[in-house]
Amino acid sequence: MSKTLIIAEHDGKDLNPSTAKCANCAAAISQPYDIVVLGSTISEVAKQAATIEGVETVIAIDAEHLAKPLAVNHAAEVVALADGYSHILGPSTTYGRDLMPRIAALLGVNQVSDISTVVGPHHFKRPIYAGNAIVDVQSPEGVKVVATVRVASWKALANTGSASLEERTADSPALTHTRYLDLQSGGGERPDLQTASRVVSGGRAMASEENFELIYSLADMISAGAGASRAAVDAGYCPNDMQVGQTGKIIAPDLYMAFGISGAIQHITGIKDAGTIVAINKDAEAPIFEVADIGLAADLFDVIPEMKQLLG
Amino acid sequence: MSENVTEREVMEYDVIIVGAGPAGLACAIRLKQLKEDLMVAVIEKSAEVGAHILSGAVIEPGPLDELLPGWQDSPPPVCIPVKHDELAFLTATKRRKLPTPPQQKNHGNFIVSLGALCGWLAPKAEDLGVDIFPGYAAAGIHFLADGAVGGVIIGDMGVDREGQPKDTYMQGIEIHAPTTVLAEGCRGHLSKQLINKFKLDENSDPQAYGIGIKELWQVGPGKCQPGLVHHSIGWPLDTHTYGGSFIYHMDKDRVAVGFVCALDYSDPEFSPFEAFQQFKHHPSVKPLFEGGEILSGGARTIIEGGAQSLPKVEMPGALLIGDAAGLLNLPKIKGTHQAIRSGMLAASHLADKGTGEGFDGTLRASPIMKELHKVRNIRPGFNKGLWRGLITAGIETVTAGKLPRTLHNHADHSALKKLQDMKTVDRKWVKRELAPRDRLASVYFAATDHDEDQLVHLQILEPDVCISRCGEEYGHPCTRFCPAQVYEMVEDTDTSAGQRLQINAANCVHCKTCDIKDPYQIINWVTPEGGSGPNYQNL
Amino acid sequence: MKILVGIKRVVDYNVRIRVRPDGSGVDTDGVKMSINPFDEIALEQALRIREAGNAEEVIVVSLGGTECQQQLRTGLAMGADRAIQVDTEENLQPLTIARALLKVVEKEQVGLVILGKQAIDGDNSQTGQMLAALWDRPQATFASGLELSGDSATVTREVDAGLEKIEVDLPAVITVDLRLNEPRFVKLPDIMKAKRKPLEVIPLTDLGVASENDLLASQYAPPPVREKGIMVEDTAQLVAELKTRGLV
Repeated sequence: MSKTLIIAEHDGKDLNPSTAKCANCAAAISQPYDIVVLGSTISEVAKQAATIEGVETVIAIDAEHLAKPLAVNHAAEVVALADGYSHILGPSTTYGRDLMPRIAALLGVNQVSDISTVVGPHHFKRPIYAGNAIVDVQSPEGVKVVATVRVASWKALANTGSASLEERTADSPALTHTRYLDLQSGGGERPDLQTASRVVSGGRAMASEENFELIYSLADMISAGAGASRAAVDAGYCPNDMQVGQTGKIIAPDLYMAFGISGAIQHITGIKDAGTIVAINKDAEAPIFEVADIGLAADLFDVIPEMKQLLG
Repeated sequence: MSENVTEREVMEYDVIIVGAGPAGLACAIRLKQLKEDLMVAVIEKSAEVGAHILSGAVIEPGPLDELLPGWQDSPPPVCIPVKHDELAFLTATKRRKLPTPPQQKNHGNFIVSLGALCGWLAPKAEDLGVDIFPGYAAAGIHFLADGAVGGVIIGDMGVDREGQPKDTYMQGIEIHAPTTVLAEGCRGHLSKQLINKFKLDENSDPQAYGIGIKELWQVGPGKCQPGLVHHSIGWPLDTHTYGGSFIYHMDKDRVAVGFVCALDYSDPEFSPFEAFQQFKHHPSVKPLFEGGEILSGGARTIIEGGAQSLPKVEMPGALLIGDAAGLLNLPKIKGTHQAIRSGMLAASHLADKGTGEGFDGTLRASPIMKELHKVRNIRPGFNKGLWRGLITAGIETVTAGKLPRTLHNHADHSALKKLQDMKTVDRKWVKRELAPRDRLASVYFAATDHDEDQLVHLQILEPDVCISRCGEEYGHPCTRFCPAQVYEMVEDTDTSAGQRLQINAANCVHCKTCDIKDPYQIINWVTPEGGSGPNYQNL
Repeated sequence: MKILVGIKRVVDYNVRIRVRPDGSGVDTDGVKMSINPFDEIALEQALRIREAGNAEEVIVVSLGGTECQQQLRTGLAMGADRAIQVDTEENLQPLTIARALLKVVEKEQVGLVILGKQAIDGDNSQTGQMLAALWDRPQATFASGLELSGDSATVTREVDAGLEKIEVDLPAVITVDLRLNEPRFVKLPDIMKAKRKPLEVIPLTDLGVASENDLLASQYAPPPVREKGIMVEDTAQLVAELKTRGLV
């Protein structure tokens, strides 16, 4: 039964993009793949899952005790399904990282965390030491593979699919020793720097606290988090929880825009896993242009207003 | 030091040693070998023994043989016998081999990582019952009522940038001992304090220093020749700046490369870091490093004054050993063997007499001093430039230091010429390609780590001077002589001068250059929170 | 109540990680080793719980060779009461570690297990969850807040969407995240006291646990070098490029 089961992540209304990324990883394993949606009143989410390219079946398990993403309940349910599958994948989000190891232990198998590349059905690559090394991992033949998929490494598959939908009732009882209380969304209007998928950062060249308004307004325009280099923080232009870099936050957004940041190694360490690095700096020789995917040697005080106009 | 009312907790030892370098560890080991019941503790500010230590280094094994007979059967992790020695004179384009002076013949010596050596010595000391405490900084001296040294005060931890206690605040304890042995190395901050307080240097020449900057490289296959020792003088330095390079080939394709500049250079625009980087680009050197990668790097000052500058090394309740005293033999460019010997000598003196009293006499009558005396005129000979220096060195070597004359050392900080008095020098420096591209990139390899929310440990005693005088007189040399780019002049429209001094204390690699070279002598280096600073690996 | 805290000896977070040129592993030759930073936070929390009067004993446990006793002694110096070294020369995987920890949990009748959310070498983030599964008890991972009341704990968890609060009945496994607390410094005299605290060595084999179906790590490589990107001429081109790539 060479088949992969993907655990969908959702918030009750919408499917999380991580699911389509897991599907891409499943596609790379080159065997049929299903998605299971666990929750309560999930028919909309299940329909969304069914549109992901290449999915065979979407299994929707609707039960009140599955409404909240509690690993103890979700794990029990997945384990009940596990027999039909050789591979079980979840996203490397807090949901997946909380859930998948519990499933692996209940199934009595080791887990592969953060798959970044698939070499074969039992052969993967993953980052260790905070991404400073990539290791090849092989899991034994004939043993179930339980893994999390590193979402930053995979593009989401398109919505061109039409999987069949299967509704099932929950197999496992509600566990009472764990109770969901509430969720407080990240405070403030701006996305949290650590988890934002887009980040706009300013460096020493911003020259003042007031000028950082340019960074904030651009960030707000594209729903991005706001960051800064250590030099900007040291100069007092912004608070230190905005610091990105070796001694600040290490982040991996899909888009990182650095304005007036020279790109010292210490800063690059904080963004080396970003999807696309964009650098705007007056100095064409600035080291940041060595790692930037898109570079513009121009004055940020011209570029930011121009960008705002073009994006507004 | 925080002015707090609550009394500090006290620990008591027979001997407290400040600094787990070769001198401190040798002293600790020897003390226990001679009198195993002695309670001995070693305090070390780095997070791990060896993390703040950096040196070439080619060592003479003699003192180690004495301290730990049979050590060669299980040597420290990096220990390569010297196979071949060369001294060369460099011009911008050429390399000319010179005859190797006897002080630099290294047959029988070993290329080591001093940090790894100390990391190897420490467990030996612990096995003998020495208590070693890395991660704790001796921040102050505990004085007895009669003014004698009674021990040390460990720095408070968990103090914020404004000096206020954080949630993690932990008051430093005091360690009391009848004898405190200062083994802080070159320009130790407590040693500096005590030398001033007890006027230990009133009969000595001013001390002289150099800055040593070093990188450990992994070079391309086939390039490393284990045991090869290269030194050079000449380019990229001008004839009035004393210094030179070293390249030591180790094992596993690793090569140690470094550059030493004496800190009595006169050009305020000079950058020792840049000189080092230029050296690596000499046509005879560059191919070695092309295609390689830097593993680790850092900087530390070197004590150069020798016999004439040696202060009195004893005071009531304390002793100075190793480079805290200043025992490095500069013509040999070796201090480790002297440090180990001095540690052992101090130990035997203490074990014998039960007090440090008389140690100064003991040291001056010992082979350690004899060695320094023999070469005492070589370093000051270079005060008149390279060529005179080489001639003096030649004469002094041939006469084995027996000529009845003693040349004198001058203070480094007063050697700096003012901008207006300085003629621009064409150093024939080239555009650089090899890593690291600049000091910030270099600091990365020192893996230096300071909690940014702590008091700035570089005290500027008269901050106005930076803005009012220094720019005009010297052009802010601190922004150039610091190998870690701690000091920067930044634009600041809020100040009347339009600029201010920014101290990036977190970059500091604890080399002490600023404390030494600042022409106004207003920079006072004190120890940051224990455990802070570089994390040198195999340097 | 007894609290068990897991401690792992890892390469210090300051060390520049390098892969050996032959790809056989990460170069750990002579590098500084320390307690996994998340484990320090876990221990700090356990100590605070004991100091608040909600536990009588904090036990630190580490799986490895004699070297990990260094980290256990640091844990004792921080304030743990007892240490256990599960002795093995093997590089254990999380499932085996979880199985071994379960044996210790059962032997010691532990009421709460606090672990770091992940170790900074393997970055697996599995052990806590696996232990909870095998123990058939609740798990509360990525904790940034923790309040005990009687037989249950309210845990604030850092999740992608924000802060989630759950309540778990004890005994349970909690894994901690960076913002839970700031670990205390160790007082020098406590280092001396730690030398006299009990440290028990239990061979892994004595626990009746052995590795099974381990994952095989075959090749190590440095991260792929970022390819040189493109330079654009002006803002308009920049925005056009961003739009083409679907980034704005």
